[in-house]
Amino acid sequence: MTVARETKTGTARPPFWRDVKVLRIVAQLVAGAGSVALLWYLGSNLTTNLTAQGISTDFGFLDQPAGVTVPGSDFRSSQPISDILVLGIKNTFALVIVGIPLLTILGTLIGIGRLSSNWLVRKAATAYVETLRNIPPLLVIIFTNTAVILASLPRIQEAWQPFDLFVLSNRELAVPWFTAGDGSGAYLGVLAAGVVASIAVWIWRTRQFDATGTPHHRFFWGTGVFLLFAVVGFFVIGNPYSLSRPELEGLVITGGISNISAYFAVLLALVIYTASHVAEIVRGSIQAVAKGQTEAANALALSSFQRLRFVVLPQAFRIAIPPLINQFLNFTKNSSLAIAIGYSEITLVVFQAIGNGQPAPQLIIILMGAYLLFSLSISLLINILNRRLQLVTN
Amino acid sequence: MAVRTETASLRRPSPALRWVRENLFNNWYNSVLTVIFGALFIWVGFSLLRWVFFRAEWEIVRVNLTLFMVGRFPRDELARIWVSNYMIVGAIGLMAGAATASAAAAAKEAGLPFVQSKLQDLIQRFWPVLLLVAALLQFSRTWTPTIMTVGMVVIGVAARFAGLHLPRVIRRYAWVLVALLLIGAYGALVWFGGFGWDDWGGLHLTLFVTVAGIILAFPLGLLFALGRRSTLPLVRLLSVTYIEFIRGVPLITLLLMGAFALKFLLPPGMDLSLVSRLVVAIMLFTAAYVAENVRGGLQAVPKGQTEAGQALGLPAWKVMRLIVLPQALRAVIPAMVGQFISLFKDTSLLVVVGVFELLAVSSIANNQPEFLGKGLAEVTLPFVAVIYWVGAYTMSRESRRLEKKLGVGER
Repeated sequence: MTVARETKTGTARPPFWRDVKVLRIVAQLVAGAGSVALLWYLGSNLTTNLTAQGISTDFGFLDQPAGVTVPGSDFRSSQPISDILVLGIKNTFALVIVGIPLLTILGTLIGIGRLSSNWLVRKAATAYVETLRNIPPLLVIIFTNTAVILASLPRIQEAWQPFDLFVLSNRELAVPWFTAGDGSGAYLGVLAAGVVASIAVWIWRTRQFDATGTPHHRFFWGTGVFLLFAVVGFFVIGNPYSLSRPELEGLVITGGISNISAYFAVLLALVIYTASHVAEIVRGSIQAVAKGQTEAANALALSSFQRLRFVVLPQAFRIAIPPLINQFLNFTKNSSLAIAIGYSEITLVVFQAIGNGQPAPQLIIILMGAYLLFSLSISLLINILNRRLQLVTN
Repeated sequence: MAVRTETASLRRPSPALRWVRENLFNNWYNSVLTVIFGALFIWVGFSLLRWVFFRAEWEIVRVNLTLFMVGRFPRDELARIWVSNYMIVGAIGLMAGAATASAAAAAKEAGLPFVQSKLQDLIQRFWPVLLLVAALLQFSRTWTPTIMTVGMVVIGVAARFAGLHLPRVIRRYAWVLVALLLIGAYGALVWFGGFGWDDWGGLHLTLFVTVAGIILAFPLGLLFALGRRSTLPLVRLLSVTYIEFIRGVPLITLLLMGAFALKFLLPPGMDLSLVSRLVVAIMLFTAAYVAENVRGGLQAVPKGQTEAGQALGLPAWKVMRLIVLPQALRAVIPAMVGQFISLFKDTSLLVVVGVFELLAVSSIANNQPEFLGKGLAEVTLPFVAVIYWVGAYTMSRESRRLEKKLGVGER
């Protein structure tokens, strides 16, 4: 060490054009200046072109009336553009929140099916995965919309109305929904409190389990506490929400949520498409669990269900979580394909606004920003989760 | 115990019966599943066959076959496409032949046995493509495509033979010939009063956009991958920002940008055609994913390789160029095939911004007066799906084969 330091101080520094320290700084300066120059150039082109064509260069257009209606909602065309963008984001979320649990369950089942000891089940799962993985998701969406949902449902004159709860026809699809009454805000507060309480109970049960070894049953405790809050709150506040059923009067549907066939088509298509990718992840993760674990479970005489539930799957999911969340992100990004069949999520809303002559660059920046915000926050979540779930190995 | 084994061995079932028992009826719930799934298989298989051979009205595909293949490419200029295809097939054959010859030579030098792939293997590997081509030719109403396809096969085989028997000196420069042929294939469509991207369509356009997208994206992706692995913090930051930004947004937002906003970013007066702008958007999108693939390859190269290079006194760029990159890029080939597949599938999004690709043809065919309102999307969409499926499935199997051959993932 000392010798090295001495020789270093002893020799003269090389000329600056060969000095690594100087070169590093120069290279970074060049890269930084180049990027800034490129952005500045594009930006100046943008403002020049926009002003030349008389298009606004700021975000003031967001307050102008949107001029479009959204099927299946009470959105009025006189409401400002910012409102319709928010509605689009809400609709995207409506897809994601329902879709992710569904595709996880379906994908896990198929992934397990690919490793079944039953030859037929294995082949069926393989056929499912190999078929769906290799066709474009957009095609699946258009197909479910035109050939499955619209073609298999009856005309509105002879609509199916199972249990008087649904109205199913190829023009409109309607399901029951809640309408908010008095005190709905307070009820939402109670529900939030229920979530907090159930998390607290969950932690308490886990600590109890760690300390004494009594079975924690934290899932039942947590759900029970939440349900308690939900039920008690419902009766104490006095019907904060009521169920609104869709009813068919002539050719018009009132009540419930109607006009959601596009929603169902996108949901169905993306769930079955993404499930094929999830199945491969689940299969790979199960195979990545050390074989000794299965053998140990067999040696303990666990049933095949117990082996899967308590030994293999918990370890497999630890491996599967990063790629799984990646698939959830893909699902969210693919939800933009709903644009092709007219479900008003954020991309379609932006597309329509551009079609109405609103400035495209700003709208696309907002659109990308919305997706980016979502993706980056999920990425952050993955990193935190990964750090917590990583096995501690020395 | 002993008695039971004896009776079991006395009534040893035939191998087939044993297979059935072990794989289909090894316990009660598997037996139930077998019955359910067996019924499902029979029902699905039966309805599928009945639909394909009796129910489906293939007339719409027959009438519009040319539209599906080449879109609105002027009909009396279709010869250009055949010439271009011949050149591509010739290039592929030449490349395959030359590659086989060099591999055989290398194996001989190293004293290793060299197994040439047999025709039977090729059929096993590419059966979906062969079936698709047969189906497409069957849909055609004239003999021209069949004759032309046979011609393509002949040219391909001849080119492979030529590549195999090129003198060694010329073989080293076979890639120049291949590149010239590929440029010629593009030129046959565009030069001499030909037609640019915007007049192409159908499967032809889909394939060209995919190939162009991946070729254009590769250098950019390589740059960003190197940037992300750089020791310079600012360069790394810029690369990470770009990659994560692009990976965080759906392709369709970039296509919307290409269609509606890119023209504002270009200098005033400069104009690109719609398809060219969209290819730029696809390139920007794919580059981020290519960068991540290449980064994976770079990380797979052991650190000792770099250190050995440094110990030899090579400058940093030579270490990268001569030692790290060749190994990294080899490891990246399967992932790049995967990228190619996903881009191939993603080109279907071009229909949203009004490009005449396969899905657009499907909806146009359904709106023709003689087919309007007949619900024939049930025919055209599966037809398009099969085309995509054949391409993606074959390539994914090839990529898995390559992965095994290159020993990636086995360490």
